[in-house]
Amino acid sequence: MAKIVIDGVSYEVDPNNNLLQECLSQGLDLPYFCWHPCMGSVGACRQCAVKQYLDADDKDGTLVMACMTPASDGAIISIEDEQARSFRADVIESLMISHPHDCPVCEEGGECHLQDMTLMSGHNYRRYDKKKVTHRNQYLGPFINHEMNRCIACYRCVRYYDDYAGGTDLSAQASHHHVYFGRQADGVLESEFSGNLVEVCPTGVFTDKGFSKHYVRKWDLQSAPSVCVGCAVGCNTTPGERYGSLRRLVNRYNSEINGYFLCDRGRFGFDYVNSEQRLKEPVRLLDSESRTLSSEELAATLAEFSSSRAIGIGSPRASNESNFMLRCLVGDENFYSGFSDTEHGAVQSIIELAADPAFHCPSISEIEQADAVVILSEDVTNTAPRLALALRQSVRNKALSLAEDCHIPQWQDAAVRELAQQQRSPLCILSSYATRLDDVASDTVIESPRVLSAIGFAIANKISATAASSDGGATEGYGELIARVAAQLMAAKRPLVIAGTTAGDTDLIRAAANIARALQEKRGEKPVDLCLLVPEVNSMGLGMLVNKENTLGRALEKLSSGAVSHAVVLENDLYRRADSGVVDAALSRLDNLMVLDLLDTPTTAKASVVLPTTAFSEHEATYVNYEGRAQLSFQVHRNHSAAKPAWRWLNGDQECDVETMVNRCSSEAKGFDKLGQLLPDPAQFVAGMKIPRQSQRYSGRTAIKANLNVHEPKQAVDSESVMAFSMEGISAQKDAAFMASSWAPQWNSNQSISKFQEEINGKLKQGHTGTLLIKKLADSGAYLQAESAYPDVSKGSLEVVLAQQIFGSDELSARSNSIQERMTDPYIGISPADAQAQGVQHGDMVSLDGIDAPVVVCIRSKMRTGVAAIYCGNGEINPHALPETISLGKSESAMGERGIRGLIISDVLEDY
Amino acid sequence: MFNLIKDTLLSQVVTLWHVFSHAFVKADTVQYPEEQPYMFPRWRGRIILSRDPDGEERCVACNLCAVACPVDCIALQKTEDEDGRWYPEFFRINFSRCIMCGFCEEACPTYAIQLTPDFEMAEYTRQDMVWEKEDLLISGTGKYHDYSFYRVAGKSIKGKDKGEALNEAAPVDVRSLLT
Amino acid sequence: MTWEVGSYLNIGVILGLVIFIAAMLIWVERRLLGLWQERLGPNRVGWFGLLQVAADMIKIFTKEDWIPPFADRMSFVLAPAIIMVVILTSFAVIPFAPGVGVVDSNIGILFVLAMASLGAYSVMLGGLSSDNKYALLGALRAAAQMVSYEVFMGISLLGVVALSGSFNLREIVIAQSDGWYIFPQFIGFVIFLIAGIAESHRLPFDIPEAEQEICSGYHTEYSGMKFGMFFVGEYLGLVLIASLLTVLFFGGWLGPAFLPPIFWFAIKAFGFIAFFILLRAAIPRPRYDQLMTYGWLFLLPLSLLNLLVTGAIILVTQ
Repeated sequence: MAKIVIDGVSYEVDPNNNLLQECLSQGLDLPYFCWHPCMGSVGACRQCAVKQYLDADDKDGTLVMACMTPASDGAIISIEDEQARSFRADVIESLMISHPHDCPVCEEGGECHLQDMTLMSGHNYRRYDKKKVTHRNQYLGPFINHEMNRCIACYRCVRYYDDYAGGTDLSAQASHHHVYFGRQADGVLESEFSGNLVEVCPTGVFTDKGFSKHYVRKWDLQSAPSVCVGCAVGCNTTPGERYGSLRRLVNRYNSEINGYFLCDRGRFGFDYVNSEQRLKEPVRLLDSESRTLSSEELAATLAEFSSSRAIGIGSPRASNESNFMLRCLVGDENFYSGFSDTEHGAVQSIIELAADPAFHCPSISEIEQADAVVILSEDVTNTAPRLALALRQSVRNKALSLAEDCHIPQWQDAAVRELAQQQRSPLCILSSYATRLDDVASDTVIESPRVLSAIGFAIANKISATAASSDGGATEGYGELIARVAAQLMAAKRPLVIAGTTAGDTDLIRAAANIARALQEKRGEKPVDLCLLVPEVNSMGLGMLVNKENTLGRALEKLSSGAVSHAVVLENDLYRRADSGVVDAALSRLDNLMVLDLLDTPTTAKASVVLPTTAFSEHEATYVNYEGRAQLSFQVHRNHSAAKPAWRWLNGDQECDVETMVNRCSSEAKGFDKLGQLLPDPAQFVAGMKIPRQSQRYSGRTAIKANLNVHEPKQAVDSESVMAFSMEGISAQKDAAFMASSWAPQWNSNQSISKFQEEINGKLKQGHTGTLLIKKLADSGAYLQAESAYPDVSKGSLEVVLAQQIFGSDELSARSNSIQERMTDPYIGISPADAQAQGVQHGDMVSLDGIDAPVVVCIRSKMRTGVAAIYCGNGEINPHALPETISLGKSESAMGERGIRGLIISDVLEDY
Repeated sequence: MFNLIKDTLLSQVVTLWHVFSHAFVKADTVQYPEEQPYMFPRWRGRIILSRDPDGEERCVACNLCAVACPVDCIALQKTEDEDGRWYPEFFRINFSRCIMCGFCEEACPTYAIQLTPDFEMAEYTRQDMVWEKEDLLISGTGKYHDYSFYRVAGKSIKGKDKGEALNEAAPVDVRSLLT
Repeated sequence: MTWEVGSYLNIGVILGLVIFIAAMLIWVERRLLGLWQERLGPNRVGWFGLLQVAADMIKIFTKEDWIPPFADRMSFVLAPAIIMVVILTSFAVIPFAPGVGVVDSNIGILFVLAMASLGAYSVMLGGLSSDNKYALLGALRAAAQMVSYEVFMGISLLGVVALSGSFNLREIVIAQSDGWYIFPQFIGFVIFLIAGIAESHRLPFDIPEAEQEICSGYHTEYSGMKFGMFFVGEYLGLVLIASLLTVLFFGGWLGPAFLPPIFWFAIKAFGFIAFFILLRAAIPRPRYDQLMTYGWLFLLPLSLLNLLVTGAIILVTQ
């Protein structure tokens, strides 16, 4: 700790940080632009000037940039000093010379860091009488709007996009006051994290295009703390609603998970909530006629289902409460998992491994600290995108340690990068195809699954000879790599092993566990980071609720055998979980199938009773992320149709609120005993006051519904939650953990988050809503053996591996409008050699044997010959119907509307 | 003691006399409706939405009037036309709540929303006091004749390209090393 | 049926006239306020707006008579009735003219003071039963104010009693045949005037209902005719205080013979009423603590001094 004096008041600060960061940590107001809490300082904007004095006798002082000056012990500075003040006012006046006077038609207006800083610095009138510099805008894809005139050249966008997120297609162009931030030509921004530009840009150069289409100001959005349901990472989000529709979704700071950034799937993939295709009424389908159920009929139907020993199929995209309620309705033994069988096995072994004391499942912020990473065939950019962004930071640990050796402060961003150049921490990616992280990887192995898992086992064996050895033949030629990776992991301060379920090969998980166990064995007591990814928001929760032997396959078998007459499917499309033929066979034998879902799916089409459920923003619910971290997501807005949370349908007539439900789940379900801790303690709120979902400035209260009836209805009461559909209640600043949207006086932009953090980049003052559910066992397990069987690939056929896409592979977000603009048709990625052998060209349509839908050929330069990466699209191809090896046939059909034009992968051959 | 009496008693008596003397002054009351009062142009009466000199809607749906409104009686939704202009998809004022404070007019950055000297706003049913954009929009410029927001603001719309707004230079050619 | 003090006819006419005058005062007050504020006041309903009162009455009688669900019903209903009853009862002892009056009581002054004290209950009950913070604050203020000002109201009258040697109001008037008590008892008059306004909580001493601070004080929750009774009660109080001032200090009905005595009484009383309305038009409301300080630290010693001096002079002269 260092002591510094700011304007005569002395503060305890961290000497490893810069003055700006420490001033903000202390809650002081100091304007800035180019500095970002996550990206360090470059001293570009000159806005954070303060006066620094040599000692108590120094009356003159020197102007310094706070962001470029260390908070060294004994520093005496002044923010209020007249010279510093006028310097800052002059700087902002110069920055504003060409600003275009268009705040009223700017989407950033009202949450604009530039507006806030202009006000704070005291500039209000343009004295400069020359012409304003103008720029042409670019088309940047369906997500981001570009309005270059508003730019103040702080360089935050390129520092984020290129340096932080690893993008290559956004750059600073031209020079002096003509500097321009954009692409080389119009086109879609390639990075999967481009949406963060909206929040990173301090003004309105990059704005949310989807939001602009139905734009309202920040203060008019009704919002609540929510959790992203796009993947298993569980990023914290703030969705905003107005006039009954969900308008946008922004990041909600959580120091342990997403920090300041989201991926584009999470940010733009919420639109399905507003979809016209949402199910609205409980219906019974009889003789292909649908009829809305009355409440009596509904009660009778539910009674029928609960008394007839129905089987229930859960869902990894439904909340814990809904899955638990279904389990209560049908009984433990009749509750089946909603995963595919392979995934079920993988999830079960992941849960087992998570309880092993030898391993620690790292959070996103811990992943950023890893300094040697090996990824076993999990395409994280497309399955858990936020994790890929964290991995990009982890490779910078080399640079940070180099900087430490040279006594360069870690926050000196430009200096640290200059020092490290291309030196990075080791990141070894074993994959069947090129991934979007290859550019920062130290080793990339593109091989067939058999070889990949063999390499994995071999690395473990190399680290500790007690680990199972692998098929020596498969790893031929990789001996040096195996030794190198093993050495890198051993040498690292915090090694990390990543695997997951989406590659469809459980051996990879076993290999990953072996590597981590070998590391733990050799390195001693401390558990080793082992990150095993699951694909969906509540995969872990469902996995923990369902019995190990209750696979979907057994459920379908039971159904097709005719042993049961009733089944309930919870928010799940079975045609994505098993072979269509098997599902058809099972469902056709069934007289009574109840499906609860929010959108129509092939499964709802087969149901006799369909009950509409609410979307993530319409109910309060808990989800368990890949770490086993349970998080509470609050209701943002009400659904005005008949839709209810699934657990409420299943609960029938019994009155029950969501908190009771969470508590019941917590006390009755094994492994969920800490779930109840997520619920806020009402005792902490003064006089039972609630937390408002609407901001203090929420407008139009007496006019929104005046067209329907001039007599205003009473404001909706939320009797279940600690939040209210109102602007009244506890000021959000008092309890940051339930902060719907951060705001502080003079800080209208998202930068106001610094007012809620214990220190910059630290925890929120009130902690986080989230608790790790999985209890560690006393003893660690043993090394695992390879179990998978791999197909023999005959000549002329290709071994199938599945590819994922960030936009399209997730069922719900794929139904959002802007995401759909980025989706592609199903494709088959093959190597140039295979393409030549099969006589197909890039963009050709081919048929796969046994599959109805044709797919597009995508020739990928880095594919292994003999392996085909198939992307199944949004349900167009059933991955479970694919054979292990496949041969291509010509297809006469024309390429679909989307084709694969929008495909962004690193190894598509340009000349195709 | 004298001061105390002067302050407490005498000043009251003087006040009483001054007020009493008003009995001999002619009343200012205007006998509306027989007599029509002169309404000052800046009187804060019925709210209208004006158009710019080109006849286009001035309102750009920036929401500032709605947030300035102390009784929250303005609700609107932004939309955009093919020319790139922002305008309100709907714009609703609940006059049964309006207190004619004029904050909306002060907040308006485009002179779109204006209060007029029309105060005869009574209706027989309250529902008729809810006015939509169609009711509010007039065909003139109201009190400010020459102002057009888009001629000043740097956002390009159809018919006004980048660099054509007030005080703007032609767009920069970023490929050029000169200039 | 004969016309003498205490006859039914007499009682009926007085009761009717007093209430009628109190009601008409609503119009009078608004017209006078208009006059002094350079406007017209009500002038549309009837001649010069005279029927404004009738219109107001129709309105107030047809308004919803709302009792808030959280209020204490019985005392809520009782409160406005009390004020009407006690003030109307006070009029019983007022000698309007020779032969005009309800009772010729030997303890007239004491009766009036006793009734005025009871009036405080009305305000307190109204405020308490409303179960509303503004009403409660109003009731608290009213209780303190009325209890305090009753003290010197009573003491200020003792000079008059000592001079006339009677508590009988009729005798007090007759005792003034040689000269009105306004001259020997000027200080007593001023104190009684101030205390009287405070007692009837008229502006500028309407601290219990101070609209700008506490909404409407004790009658915040009242509407319809119950509010109307508070309203009329206030005007009745105004007439009562004006009548008392006339009787005690201005020789009651006494006056030159060209007008009948009742007219002299009416003219004097109306003069005071107009003066009260002028006070309302001109003087701003003091702060609550100022009112109390003024009462206890200035008016009380002054009234005691007045009594002392009066007593001394009487002792010396007799």
